[in-house]
Amino acid sequence: MSALVAELAVPFAYDYMLKAMWVSALVGGVCAFLSAYLTLKGWSLMGDALGHSIVPGVAAAAILGAPFAVGAFLAGILAAAAMQAVRLKSRLREDAVIGLVFTTLFALGLLMASIWPTSVSVQTIVLGNILAISDEDVVQVVIIAAVSLAVLVLKWKDLMAVFFDETHARSIGLNVRALKITFFTLLAACTVAALQTVGACLVIAMVVTPGATAYLLTDRFGRLIVISVALGAATSFAGAYVSYFLDGATGGVIVTLQTLVFLLAFVFAPKHGMLATRRRRIATEAAA
Amino acid sequence: MNVARPGAEIAPTATVPAAGDGILVSNLTVTYPNGFTAVSDAGFALDPGTICALVGPNGSGKSTVFKAIMGFVEPSTGEVRLMGLPVEQALKQNLVAYVPQSEEVDWNFPVLVETVVTMGRYGHMNFLRIPSRSDRAKVDEALARVGMSAFRHRQIGELSGGQRKRVFLARALAQEARIILLDEPFTGVDVNTEAAIVALLRELRRDGHLILISTHDLGSVPEFCDRVVLINRTVLAAGPTAEVFTHANLERAFGGRDRT
Repeated sequence: MSALVAELAVPFAYDYMLKAMWVSALVGGVCAFLSAYLTLKGWSLMGDALGHSIVPGVAAAAILGAPFAVGAFLAGILAAAAMQAVRLKSRLREDAVIGLVFTTLFALGLLMASIWPTSVSVQTIVLGNILAISDEDVVQVVIIAAVSLAVLVLKWKDLMAVFFDETHARSIGLNVRALKITFFTLLAACTVAALQTVGACLVIAMVVTPGATAYLLTDRFGRLIVISVALGAATSFAGAYVSYFLDGATGGVIVTLQTLVFLLAFVFAPKHGMLATRRRRIATEAAA
Repeated sequence: MNVARPGAEIAPTATVPAAGDGILVSNLTVTYPNGFTAVSDAGFALDPGTICALVGPNGSGKSTVFKAIMGFVEPSTGEVRLMGLPVEQALKQNLVAYVPQSEEVDWNFPVLVETVVTMGRYGHMNFLRIPSRSDRAKVDEALARVGMSAFRHRQIGELSGGQRKRVFLARALAQEARIILLDEPFTGVDVNTEAAIVALLRELRRDGHLILISTHDLGSVPEFCDRVVLINRTVLAAGPTAEVFTHANLERAFGGRDRT
């Protein structure tokens, strides 16, 4: 028994594991905060597009020896500008424009990383590698996450008002445009941070799944945020922990955990779950 | 205060605005980035203590006029002033409340009735939007006034069409705005709710509010609107209901025959 406990405690004995677990939890929590908003608006795929679009920036930063966050951020802005330009200059629909721009940038990033091999391998970009994260990167990620979290905690109600009813938000004197730009800047920044933990391909899960799960569990937006952040942080922490034993990619473990929790909510949620919905239907049919 | 207009057969150019202590729209032209001009050279003036209907067929530019009043579109020419102020300033001062069309609202949004009404008070709160005792009291009062107190802990999607409308009216009440815009308030609403809404609007008029209702539902207009602005890509006629709401004018606006 004590041998088992000792075995389970092993990850906590390694500095790199502790670092991985805490950084994952922080990033997972902030991404989950954003997911509470994203899932409401049908903008979920924006997270995916951003996650892929910033890859060339990360590659360029690695090649030039610049901080990865700077490169990623510039690439994110480039992606947004490119999408806007294609949208205005063509008659393509929005989803086609997004798909076109982000795959192009993603391909460019992979190409750059494979032609000029650096410390950042293609695999790291695509899958993330939180277990081997450097201390400078930890500092960058923690700063991004902390600033984002602070802004969100201060402005969550204003953002809720904007997401719920833009016209009304204007009528109470909110600066809707500035708030939207702030939101997407935070999303881009947190996507950059999540790149480190789960990689470009799975960023989308971090900014969608916790919010989607919480959406099934409550009708109050404040609670939705709390549930979402708790789920995001806990699954990310646990995912990093479990990946030590499975010897598997941390990103894969985190996202699998998040999906498991989502499935539980999907079936068992007290009001919006499958079983509850069926119970209600049977009850109404019996009453009829 | 009632601006005398030279009869009902007004040409679109007759847009010289009068006092307009409430809403003043002068020579408003809005051209969208794709080159489409939704309204051109539109003008009307409204004073506080008025219920006015903005009437026109679909695609007549009603919603563009609303958007201009809410500052969502920049006028290509002309301007909008609210209580004598430019739009941005008026909005900053919480002078305008907006009751949206039902189709514009995401009814699955995870908010309770009381949260929606509380959002009406955000402009009066500190920057963390933490409600004071008086904010809470005003929310309670607004809910009571529209008869929705018992439903305050319901998610908004669980309400009937009429109840949903009342919630957004309560939000406008809680906001304590001088000007209230209502977009198609009577669609999908039962007769009782319609009567309740009209009664409430009359009370608000008595308290000196200016109420502007966008509608293509003509039936109830003469019953409770003091003034009518008839619109189809420009203002065809504007003035007291009895003068403007005539068969000939309506035929003109709703395309009974070619207007050229």
